[in-house]
Amino acid sequence: MAKFNMTPDELLNFQFGAPNVGWMEHKPVFKEGNFAYPAKPDVIRDLGFPNPREWSPLDEDWKLPENWMEIVREGMKDRLERYRSFKIFMDICVRCGACADKCHFYIGGGDPKNMPVLRAELLRSIYRGEFTAAGKILGKWAGGRPLTMDVVKEWFFYFYQCTECRRCSLFCPYGIDTAEVTMIARELLQLLGVNINWMMEPVRNCNRMGNHLGIQPHAFKDIVEFLCDDIETITGIRIKPPMNEKGHEVLFITPSGDVFADPGIYTFMGYLMLFHEIGLDYTLSTYASEGGNFGLFTSHEMMKKLNAKMYAEAERLGSKWILGGECGHMWRVINQYMSTHNGPCPPKMETPVNPITGTVFRNATETKMVHIAEFTADLIRHNKIKLDKRRNAHLNVTFHDSCNPARGMGMFEEPREVIKACCDNFFEMPAQTIREQTFCCAGGSGLNTEEIMEIRMRGGLPRGNALRHVQQKHNVNTMACVCAIDRATLIPLADYWAPGVGICGVHELVGNALIMKGEQERTMDLRQNDLPYLDESAEEDA
Amino acid sequence: MAFFISLILVLTLCAASYYGAEAGMQWLFGMTIPYLAIAGFVCGFAYKIYSWAKSPVPFRIPTTGGQQYSHEWIKNDPLDNPHTVSWTVGRMLLEILTFRSLFRNTEVVIHRTEDGPRVAYNSARWLWLFALIFHYCFLVIFLRHFRFFMDPVPFFVRGLEFMDGIFQIGAPRLYQTDVLILAAVGFLLLRRVFDQKVRYISLISDYFPLLLIGGICLSGIYMRYLSKTDINAVKTYVMGLFTLSPVSAEGIAPIFFMHLFLVCALLLYFPWSKLMHLGGVFLSPTRNLPNDSRMRLHVNPWKPPKKYHTYEAYEDDFREFMVEAGLPVDKPLDKADA
Ligand code: HEM
Ligand code: SF4
Ligand code: SF4
Repeated sequence: MAKFNMTPDELLNFQFGAPNVGWMEHKPVFKEGNFAYPAKPDVIRDLGFPNPREWSPLDEDWKLPENWMEIVREGMKDRLERYRSFKIFMDICVRCGACADKCHFYIGGGDPKNMPVLRAELLRSIYRGEFTAAGKILGKWAGGRPLTMDVVKEWFFYFYQCTECRRCSLFCPYGIDTAEVTMIARELLQLLGVNINWMMEPVRNCNRMGNHLGIQPHAFKDIVEFLCDDIETITGIRIKPPMNEKGHEVLFITPSGDVFADPGIYTFMGYLMLFHEIGLDYTLSTYASEGGNFGLFTSHEMMKKLNAKMYAEAERLGSKWILGGECGHMWRVINQYMSTHNGPCPPKMETPVNPITGTVFRNATETKMVHIAEFTADLIRHNKIKLDKRRNAHLNVTFHDSCNPARGMGMFEEPREVIKACCDNFFEMPAQTIREQTFCCAGGSGLNTEEIMEIRMRGGLPRGNALRHVQQKHNVNTMACVCAIDRATLIPLADYWAPGVGICGVHELVGNALIMKGEQERTMDLRQNDLPYLDESAEEDA
Repeated sequence: MAFFISLILVLTLCAASYYGAEAGMQWLFGMTIPYLAIAGFVCGFAYKIYSWAKSPVPFRIPTTGGQQYSHEWIKNDPLDNPHTVSWTVGRMLLEILTFRSLFRNTEVVIHRTEDGPRVAYNSARWLWLFALIFHYCFLVIFLRHFRFFMDPVPFFVRGLEFMDGIFQIGAPRLYQTDVLILAAVGFLLLRRVFDQKVRYISLISDYFPLLLIGGICLSGIYMRYLSKTDINAVKTYVMGLFTLSPVSAEGIAPIFFMHLFLVCALLLYFPWSKLMHLGGVFLSPTRNLPNDSRMRLHVNPWKPPKKYHTYEAYEDDFREFMVEAGLPVDKPLDKADA
């Protein structure tokens, strides 16, 4: 793997503009660092996906099935018949360009084919060339072009430079969602066995082992106990989270990154501390130990398959409702796909009611699934937990809206309410970079892999720059988020574009501030760093 | 390049109809083609809508542009994130009547400063403004034309004419929409030609309709203000067409047939082009659906079978480890072996 070592100045040494040759003639050049590695054959084989083989985008021959053209044509036809979204988005774009400079990959790289409109045109031109009368007869004059091997390579290049963030869709006068086009394009590429390992291996693991990282049940339990040891060190309280236990009211599912990866683990500790403190009757599950769903980036069918475990496990364990942790794309799936894919929910499940406050979660009556930020915001609103903001006083916090909870759900206020209850120093980034207009971490949709660090840092420019702005203006030193992918991807992003800013989950802040019954005096935060406010108050006392 | 091809195409259409009509083919440009064009437009439009409607909407995928409906004490933003059908209608009305999404438009600029890059998002509402002017003028002009098709002229057409000429400039009175639509078409064209990004993405099918519409407007304006075409003769002629009893085109200048022919070209072209955004915008699943899948069950008509790795299979894989780790299992070790 080529190490990424460009400086920001080198990286931004480009101008927005257009090459001299038309985009249909302009071909991408693959080189180490600008593509994610293909899926390993055994991963593809395990999943029963087509065409497992060793191959590299650098090769001339991608070893596609012999009848690949027919497969693509059939695949497109089938999807045009199954998705009105796809069909309409193929027909009605007026190429007004309103979406053009809304994509973080375009903003940070200047490659015209990263304008959402051209990204979609890569597929649209084939649609016109293969499926419309005008395109068949007039060809290029009608904006059509023939399906060739180069087109497939171009698709791979650019549809894996789209994080399915939907920012473009917000600005399009017809709501054309290039994320939707990317999803379909990736399905077509899947049919040929053209995919990336960083996406497919988590899918395989999640399917068999219950989570992306392939943590087996006993190891999962060990890790959770380990984190409970840490909680004990910090608070003096021993927590024993139930696991795979039947008969609890709530099943709690969070992305496995929270259990495994720094700094997600601190967020996870925050959840456990909160549940303990309020006496929530819940269980974790090792079988459904993944909130995330890389199936969303793979195919609609795979999304369904991975998501199905949530209801299956709730049914087996007899849970009344499911509480979901901080994860971005997980919540797009739950909010927009889950009940359609795998509903109606198991018959014994009930409309979620917060057992502590009595609040009925009226927006979750069908799926019976509640977001932890909705849950905690409700607790705070009803004064059911005690929070000591001083423990977060050394943090100047901003909040990164993750793409999916933003544009696939609209959860803006709940996490902010929680953050503001846990710390005094909260600052928003500029309006064009938050809430519905938020910018992606540039590592979503299976692109959070090391080998494309250059692409990620380019795409990270808009977020990084907004962060740098509040860092300079308000001394922001912490960016909170409600997404496990973010907690991994924003760290290199911040190190690159706004060095000195740390990343945390919202419930890490909760865990820090939470005053627990019977806890020892806290001297450390969840990361086991000394709490600065103690020194300051000691000095004042002296 | 694409611009010039489109220009040549439109000029060819103009020339063909002008000289054709002059050479006595008024029946072709004035009758046969208009009938065909209207039939083609209606059938094509209906076919296209049907073909879209035929594909189902399996999932509710609205793009949420505001706070969701959640706790009572959190104010939701129902126009950008509707949770009911009526709010969704509201969202759609705003989209269609005010181009709300386009109103959000910004333009990105990267300032490279001593202190590192600064990315700025400048407000860029020109496209919104001119697109809106263009569409409303188009609509008004279209409606004003009903004075040629209907006798007596309906009151709303008279009202429009009055409002449109309210400044009472010149004779015949100058319609504001005529000026505005030329300005708007001009802006949209110039933007396509001179904005590098937009030029790069533009196809013939982007220049062609704009030039065609420009041609229609110019020929119309020429007839009204410069050649002062005999309106009564035209009205008699058009009424004849509409009542399916065509009358002679004697005495109508060829420029009228050119105008008419360009309109026919637009009608015929319409259903097979991007101009169908007129119909498509109503059907766009990211805009016309409420964000309510957590509240209401929606069924996917082609629902794929539910196949997944079951808990039983998972436990079979890991039972020993689970028992050893003290995790509960459904089948104890001894029973599972049997
Ligand atoms: C209702 C929502 C609509 C929206 C948001 C919308 C938006 C737009 C936009 C952004 C353009 C592109 C301008 C450009 O850059 O070239 C356009 C062009 C156009 N629209 Fe619409 N439109 C709508 C409805 C309609 C309707 C009802 C008609 C009916 C005639 C129509 C006819 C046209 C025509 C003729 C063009 C110009 C040709 C072109 O630019 O390609 N549109 N529209
Ligand atoms: S904003 Fe929509 S219509 Fe305009 S170019 Fe982009 S996708 Fe096409
Ligand atoms: S979905 Fe996001 S990443 Fe993909 S084209 Fe649109 S703005 Fe770019």
